Amino acid sequence: MPEPIELKLDHRMDLPDQEDLLDRMAQGVISTPMDRPEGPLKVSGTASYADEDHPPGTAYGWFVRANIAKGWVTGLNTKELQTMPGVLAVIRDDRMIRNPAQGGDAKSPHQGPAEIFYKGQPIALVVAETFEQARDAGLAARAEYKDSSHKAVILPAQAKYEEPRSKQSSQGNLDRAMKKAAFSVDVEYDTPSMSHAAMEPHAAVAWWEDGRLTLRGSYQMLNSNAQELADALGVSVKKVRILSRYVGGGFGSKLGIGHEGVGAAIAAQKLGRPVAIALHRRQVFEATHRRSETRQRVRLCCDADGHLTGIGHEAWVSNLPGEDFSEPVTQATSFTWAGENREIGHYIGRLNLTGAGSMRAPGEAVGVPVTDAAMDELSEAAGIDPVEFRLRNIPETDPSTGKPFSSNRLADCIRIGAERFGWSERPKVPGSRREGEWLIGFGMSAIIRVNMLGDSTARVTLRPDGTALVETDMTDIGTGSYSVLTQIAAEMLGLPPERVTTVLGDSDLPPSIGSGGSRGAASSGSSVMLAARALRGKLAERMGCDEEELTLKDGTVIAGNRQRDLADVLAGDSLQGTGTIRKGKAEDGHRQSSWGAEFCEVAVSSVTGEVHVRRLSGVFAAGRILNAKTARSQCMGGMIFGIGQALHEEVFHDARDGSFMNRDLAEYHVPVNLDVPHMDIELLMDDRDPFANPMQAKGIGELALCGTAGAIVNAIANATGHRFRSFPVTLDKVLEKLG
Amino acid sequence: MDVTLTVNGTPHVLEIDDPRVSLLDALRQRLDLTGTKKGCDHGQCGACTVIVNGRRINSCLTLAVMHEGDEITTIEGIGTPGDLAPLQQAFIRHDGFQCGYCTPGQIMSATAMLEELRQGWPSQVTGDLGSPALSDDEIRERMSGNLCRCSCYPNIVDAIREVAGKAAEGAA
Amino acid sequence: MKAFDYARAATPADAIGTDARIIAGGTNLLDLMKLQVETPARLIDINHVGLDGVERDGEGLRIGALVRNSDLAAHPAVRQDWPLLSRAILAGASPQLRNRATTGGNLMQRTRCYYFYDVDAPCNKRVPGSGCGAIGGVNRIHAILGASDHCIATYPGDMAVALSALDAVVEVEGPGGRREIAATDFHRLPGDRPDLDTELQPGEMILSVRLPAPLGGRQIYRKVRDRRSYAFALVSVAAVVTMRAGRMDRVRLAFGNVAHKPWRAPAAERMLTGQAPSPELFARAAEAVLEGARGQGHNDFKIPLLRRTLAAVLAEAVQETE
Repeated sequence: MPEPIELKLDHRMDLPDQEDLLDRMAQGVISTPMDRPEGPLKVSGTASYADEDHPPGTAYGWFVRANIAKGWVTGLNTKELQTMPGVLAVIRDDRMIRNPAQGGDAKSPHQGPAEIFYKGQPIALVVAETFEQARDAGLAARAEYKDSSHKAVILPAQAKYEEPRSKQSSQGNLDRAMKKAAFSVDVEYDTPSMSHAAMEPHAAVAWWEDGRLTLRGSYQMLNSNAQELADALGVSVKKVRILSRYVGGGFGSKLGIGHEGVGAAIAAQKLGRPVAIALHRRQVFEATHRRSETRQRVRLCCDADGHLTGIGHEAWVSNLPGEDFSEPVTQATSFTWAGENREIGHYIGRLNLTGAGSMRAPGEAVGVPVTDAAMDELSEAAGIDPVEFRLRNIPETDPSTGKPFSSNRLADCIRIGAERFGWSERPKVPGSRREGEWLIGFGMSAIIRVNMLGDSTARVTLRPDGTALVETDMTDIGTGSYSVLTQIAAEMLGLPPERVTTVLGDSDLPPSIGSGGSRGAASSGSSVMLAARALRGKLAERMGCDEEELTLKDGTVIAGNRQRDLADVLAGDSLQGTGTIRKGKAEDGHRQSSWGAEFCEVAVSSVTGEVHVRRLSGVFAAGRILNAKTARSQCMGGMIFGIGQALHEEVFHDARDGSFMNRDLAEYHVPVNLDVPHMDIELLMDDRDPFANPMQAKGIGELALCGTAGAIVNAIANATGHRFRSFPVTLDKVLEKLG
Repeated sequence: MDVTLTVNGTPHVLEIDDPRVSLLDALRQRLDLTGTKKGCDHGQCGACTVIVNGRRINSCLTLAVMHEGDEITTIEGIGTPGDLAPLQQAFIRHDGFQCGYCTPGQIMSATAMLEELRQGWPSQVTGDLGSPALSDDEIRERMSGNLCRCSCYPNIVDAIREVAGKAAEGAA
Repeated sequence: MKAFDYARAATPADAIGTDARIIAGGTNLLDLMKLQVETPARLIDINHVGLDGVERDGEGLRIGALVRNSDLAAHPAVRQDWPLLSRAILAGASPQLRNRATTGGNLMQRTRCYYFYDVDAPCNKRVPGSGCGAIGGVNRIHAILGASDHCIATYPGDMAVALSALDAVVEVEGPGGRREIAATDFHRLPGDRPDLDTELQPGEMILSVRLPAPLGGRQIYRKVRDRRSYAFALVSVAAVVTMRAGRMDRVRLAFGNVAHKPWRAPAAERMLTGQAPSPELFARAAEAVLEGARGQGHNDFKIPLLRRTLAAVLAEAVQETE
């Protein structure tokens, strides 16, 4: 095949998009509910995940855990382990890590596993010929310690909280506003440590060839993951290739390089043969990341007409010593609701527990349900319907900065949602509707998630036969990347989607921002759009027309009254476009967010305190929807994540020694099929946000989670007449209030 | 010891020198049938569901050596990308998966579950323990042994209902 | 999982009287072996010894030890005459696990106590004399009745709770011959030997479970838990109530996940028998069940939960049998 003709298009998002390019394309595939192109592989078990396709001669690794929460490893029964059947190596290496990298770190996380910061920290790696032998030897390991666990800080109440200046803010005088207000609430809520619990355990298979590492891993952000891994190993990033073609769920737990990646690479290097490590489910729970527990104080006050005059939100969260990440609980509080007197507080405690990291919608996932529950409390105090109360308090501009919103569809979402759900049937008096032993209540919540853009590059190749190849290191962790990138290229190039092949999940491909923070589809999608646009320019040139005059549809190139087959126009050439999108000034001048509203009906047993979610519905606005089917599924998944958060999910740490007690899927309760009712999901297909990116699309992967638990607790309050301020609302808490 | 497993209709003689090998790991590592997934290795997620002698089980919680002579169906035996079974097609159409990791287990479970329903097995939501109907709650309960963290449950229910409904029409 | 020798039994006699651990469904034993909570040196596989039939036994039913949970729950006679048993089984685990789990194996199911499952934690059940991590630890799922200073674990299953309420009998055979153990007595209280879950002696094997003649009446199994399926009970209530002339005639009550064994409540049964139902009487019965109940902190809620659930179950039972 001849060398491709290379074309480039870089775009920095400094100005709002005015071209509406995707709306002017002819193929008609963008936004449609197209089936996932990788679907046939996934439903037949032929999509290949990290711990699969082991090269010949693969050995197996198992991590040894620390069983104290603080101290140093001073010895290990290495000799004894080495005599066990099949054992090839017992590895204690200073390059091994304490905890996984945080998303986007692009450098190694804290190394040197000999110093112990939490119980369950991997401190050594045993490698054996078979999985069974490695597990046996790994569990036979006995470490000696310099034990400082008496100095470990386990409980938030024992922690000293840092108060980073940059994370505090204040305007007006909230104390005075609270005193003068007609109605106010000053409430504390808490949310527990939670776990991502993606279905695929973290796994890596590593092998070295000619000094270069190839690692099949389960990661979300390959460009920064390769840098993290190279840095941990002390090699150039050029010597590292990571493959993550299919990722069995991430939810943030696979944002950064983890124990399995670094450990497998080191072991493969030492042994000169491939090494596979799949974390045991218990290790996934205790040695990856958790979502921090939070304690939140919310102060809200309003005048007699229910107009907010003040809002205060303070959050206490935790992480390991030395970690930069802290759950940004108050992220949406600065702009969601009106009120001239405002205070934000953010406090970080250092605990000797499994490190805290990003879990689906860090910040809003726990912040929005709490502020929204407090809004519900204030609406009740003010005697105003919760829907009406929220509608009265949507600000015209970002109340913290005065900047305009790029687009704010919150009111639309609330109104449409209320109508679809039948909000007017809500029991007016809490605790008044009963069906047998079941108390029935309705609740709602606003749904907010900030929108972001990340620098991303993609390559799109038009091949002489008129098919296209899309390539980027972007990942599809279930989010629909394969679908939407295929659709964007197909739309821009006027091809049926079957003629577009999308290849992802290889760090050797052009770098994207990866999957995280709901940025992936908009960022990598924009880069694909730009790459394809570069190709359109070339096709226009060959047709002798302006790009605006060019129409591409079904493999046909049309300019004015001339129409040619795409393969004809290509004339045996390959056209290769590289598109790059960069963050720019467009996000500085305007507040960008995705929006939604959710409505919920619960039934609460007056006998047992069990809570059943009977109906859950949501309306969402996230700019252009790229695929109506995958977007809907992302919203559905977020809402169900919220059911777990509201009702089931909680990490139990033993307060005495920091043990993560329920570190399995039998006792850490994620929702099961029977927990989930009929769901009604509406996407505002007409929404566009020109400030977001050239596609005018915004993040949707995390959005639906950001408030669900609020809608559920508000419904429980409506059902029972009691407010529950400690998540999850398990039946013991309900029973205590029911009396 | 040698163990003969008939997997998707093909007999395989496996030399299992370590009885610790689970049926799951035998399928994944010895037979390279990696469609069956390991989610928890403790019977707590359902990703490893296969059908043994007509019954769906968790292949992680059983030893390969315990299955001498057994007939095993894995996802690879249900349908291939070019020749998908109706349930597989319905999962695609209804988007009954996202990351896809629990999906083979869901489809194996759904396949067996429809047969259990045909045989009239009750479930905990079958009010009178009589003949269960194909209600949404019956499907939900019978699929509750398969966790999906992407949480496609409603889409999974839609996919199964559609296929079961068509089968019922065909039978009528 | 530690290395072990594996052998397959052709007949029950191959497994009786040996020091090998018996494996049937394996759904609990292999789970524990992977974590090295259980480390048997020898396994004997009894899946091919027969004992997998359900037969009429006079007015009762004899259930082979190898009958799978699914088959037992779906068996027409069980659904018709001992519906409590079907309901209890169907409330447990998942369809996949029930397809594998056996009648005998389910009786041998071990506790779900977090500390028992954690080989780095103290646990008198796992390592006698090492202490109890759950006392003063995370004990939301633990016992409120019959616990000791050595152990507050519960028996976590559902099927055995129904068997206790139905006055079933467990038939076992050991080197010394056959004997019968009432289902209610099959599991022990922990006392100072929490390492012993059951009355089964070394070398003995469960052959079958016998159900006596059907009790009739209304049979309810209500399992209260943290999610709606595929989770262990926090409290479960098994109740059989027959009515005669507006009074409760026969009453059987057993409770799950509140003690180291399925908790039968003879005093409460006597209190209710022959009486006309009333909320006050139900409340008194609940107090009788809960005599001596003690919470451990996180599980204190199980006391009111049992009280309320029992009252609701009884109210439902008497309503629909009249």
